[in-house]
Amino acid sequence: MKAIHRVLMIVAALSLGLLFMFPMWKIYLKAPQYPEGLEMHIWVNKISGSSESVLQNFNILNHYIGMEPIHAESFAELKFMPYIVIAFMITGVLVALIGKRNLAGIWAGLLMGAGAAGILDFYLWLVRFGTNLSPEAPIKVPGMTYIPPLLGHKTLLNFEALSLPALGSAGIFLAIVFSILAFYLSYRSAKKKTIETPVHLAA
Amino acid sequence: METLINKLRTAAPKAAMLMAIAAGSALQSCTKSDGGNAGGATAEALSSDAASKVYVAPGKHDELYSFLSGGFNGQVSVYGLPSGRLLKIIPVFSQHAENGYGYNEETKAMLQTSHGFVPWDDLHHPKLSRANGTTDGRWLFVNGNNTPRVARIDLKTFETVEIMEIPNSAGNHCSPYPTNNNEYVIAGTRFSVPLDMKGSTGDVALDKYEEEFRGSISFIKVDKENGDMDLDFQVLVPGFDYDLANGGKGPSEDWVFFTTYNSEKSGTLKEIGASQNDKDYLAAINWKLAAKYAKEGKLHEMPANYYHNKLDKNTHTAKSTVKKKVRYLLPEECPGMMYLLPAPKSPHGIDVDPSGEFMVVSGKLASAIPVFSFAKMQDAIKNKKFDGEKNGIPVLKYESVLKGEVKEPGLGPLHTEFDGKGNAYTSMFVSSEVVKWKLNELKVVDRIPVYYSVGHLMIPGGDTKEPHGKYLVAMNKITKDRYLPTGPELAHSAQLIDISGEKMKMLLDFPTVAEPHYAQAIIASKVAPNSVKFHKLDENKHPGAAKKESEANVTRKGNKVIVKMTSIRSHFTPDNIEGVQVGDTVLFHVTNLEQDWDVPHGFAVMGANTSETLIMPGATQTLKWVPKKAGVYPMYCTDFCSALHQEMQGYVRVSPKGSNVPIKFSTGKKKQNIPGVASTK
Repeated sequence: MKAIHRVLMIVAALSLGLLFMFPMWKIYLKAPQYPEGLEMHIWVNKISGSSESVLQNFNILNHYIGMEPIHAESFAELKFMPYIVIAFMITGVLVALIGKRNLAGIWAGLLMGAGAAGILDFYLWLVRFGTNLSPEAPIKVPGMTYIPPLLGHKTLLNFEALSLPALGSAGIFLAIVFSILAFYLSYRSAKKKTIETPVHLAA
Repeated sequence: METLINKLRTAAPKAAMLMAIAAGSALQSCTKSDGGNAGGATAEALSSDAASKVYVAPGKHDELYSFLSGGFNGQVSVYGLPSGRLLKIIPVFSQHAENGYGYNEETKAMLQTSHGFVPWDDLHHPKLSRANGTTDGRWLFVNGNNTPRVARIDLKTFETVEIMEIPNSAGNHCSPYPTNNNEYVIAGTRFSVPLDMKGSTGDVALDKYEEEFRGSISFIKVDKENGDMDLDFQVLVPGFDYDLANGGKGPSEDWVFFTTYNSEKSGTLKEIGASQNDKDYLAAINWKLAAKYAKEGKLHEMPANYYHNKLDKNTHTAKSTVKKKVRYLLPEECPGMMYLLPAPKSPHGIDVDPSGEFMVVSGKLASAIPVFSFAKMQDAIKNKKFDGEKNGIPVLKYESVLKGEVKEPGLGPLHTEFDGKGNAYTSMFVSSEVVKWKLNELKVVDRIPVYYSVGHLMIPGGDTKEPHGKYLVAMNKITKDRYLPTGPELAHSAQLIDISGEKMKMLLDFPTVAEPHYAQAIIASKVAPNSVKFHKLDENKHPGAAKKESEANVTRKGNKVIVKMTSIRSHFTPDNIEGVQVGDTVLFHVTNLEQDWDVPHGFAVMGANTSETLIMPGATQTLKWVPKKAGVYPMYCTDFCSALHQEMQGYVRVSPKGSNVPIKFSTGKKKQNIPGVASTK
């Protein structure tokens, strides 16, 4: 790996830092009674929202349909995910220092795997909250489940739900892009080198 | 027969005219010739595009907040302008069953006075707090006329947060007038009374008025940061009636001006007795000099007994302090502090124009409106152009301070406000009109009828340095045929007039709550952004607060049962209570756990001898109940909070006195998920 590839790799590792600065995902809710909207922000280490008490307000609305209350403490992920991210950042920098191209490729692959696992985990939670409804719910609509959309828009009774990745996810995206770039470019320059080197063929 | 009818027909209008002239001349020798629209000509007076000018589309906001005093209902009503939509009623001096103000345990102290609990007053004059002579949208000061009090409303919450009783005063009408930076809020007594100089009025024979009765003017200091009031000192003044006041601006900003009547010092049948002198006085007090004299040790002190009630922001609870002393100045000992300017017969309104140079005195019984010049007043003081003195206070010569008079303005001039473009507008009670005149030329340029008998009028900021000269609101005392009849008691009205052009145009007419005397208005952007949406639960320091459902409980202390209860959509915790006994004093401290905008919960219990109490999100309020009979008593949420509001209810079991039913409380059955959130944390 040349210096430029190492820099790319360091940038990749550092972009993951965005996860600590911005939420990964945002769920927007809108209803006639909530003209200002309600937003839930999912971070790598916490859940927040458009106001301090947004979780309470989500839970109050959700309890009519028997959804389990959402508490940050219920998600073990919020506790261990930050360590995984930090581990990726450290190993990313190490890869840059060691300068082995294949390590960059492996790092990118693992990160993609982790990202996919995260999205799958998120989806499973949505399904769990949307379908695991209390039999004592005051409002029961036969056949109705309340799985919020993973990506995009969905109407749930009087609510319009919209779910979109946020800036934190851009951190993962950038990390993947930069690390693949580091891998690919150093691969290309290595190949070029091979071509430029004169090869003596046997007569 | 026919001729007789014809004769009557021709004679009737003449007779009516004669009577009208007679009535008019009783008050004023001349009547105006250009009568304009005869009363009731609504269609003509209304401009064709009026509807579009007052139309605020659904979901859109008004341009201005206006605060109309409620008069004898002791409240302030908030209307949006130009729509005239009622936004809120703020209880001040009156109990308000709608939200429990003055009924629940937290707010009872607000209405405490040295006379005990006084749950009503006559609220006349709202005045917005000021910064640099313009309204700043922080607080609204209002007066209680009957049991002298001054209150402060916080415009972050639109709640009454402070009430101060005024000692040595009776009929606190001439009140409350803030100086240009709220250095002082000034309150004058309408009735003079015999002060015993020990904190009360003396037991004095009523025919001793002339010798024994005195008036007082109070200078209330206002804390720059939090608005807290403190009665700094009083000036004891001659025993006249002090009617209205207004502060100077610009060159005159150190001065406050007061109209007085009954300089005759009549103690009975004042409508005749106080109307004998051809001239009464405009009193001018240099408040800066007064404050200086106060600092320099000219103050005397006397015992007093008055209440100061303040709402604590974090406990949402009012507390009373009893003040035992009051300091005062005597004008005869403070040269240069106070002067009297002769003003025609029983003047009512005193209004200072935005430049601070002209003092307009509206003498309700006078045939002209005198306009005094501040520059001339300064000159008259300098050159001692005095016309004797009264109780040691110099009286200035009328001609030496007069700029001029507005001739034939109309009948019964009461109040004047300004548009900041060189025009003044005066309300005419008797001829029921608003008259526009040029300040410089003192010439009437326009008049518009109002329906009927206008008292105060108000231009947003029209009493400050910077009027918003687009609208004028006339507040009318009589409505008669203006609305659908509602029995003998009719609404008063406010009329919105467009004053942006040469000619005044009537835009809108809306009924008001009780009797608006005066009003204030302010551009919405100075108030709306600071409006509190809910109280933070974390900042709630109420000793009875339960900040999460796990903190809710019921405890007995002797015959007191204390219920720390929470409310959240859509249940109370606890909602089943047992172990209460007949004759117990049950205190329900209800905390609203919601942390969202516009989700109050109410609380009421069957048979409680008080109103419901309405609890804002994050706050705690207390309802006191003494059950008189054994049985089961339902309680419920009174504010439609959610789809399951009707289910937001519970029961209290009351057992006979001495029963062995233990205190027990719960919400939901065991081994069953209570739908909802268990805590806010």
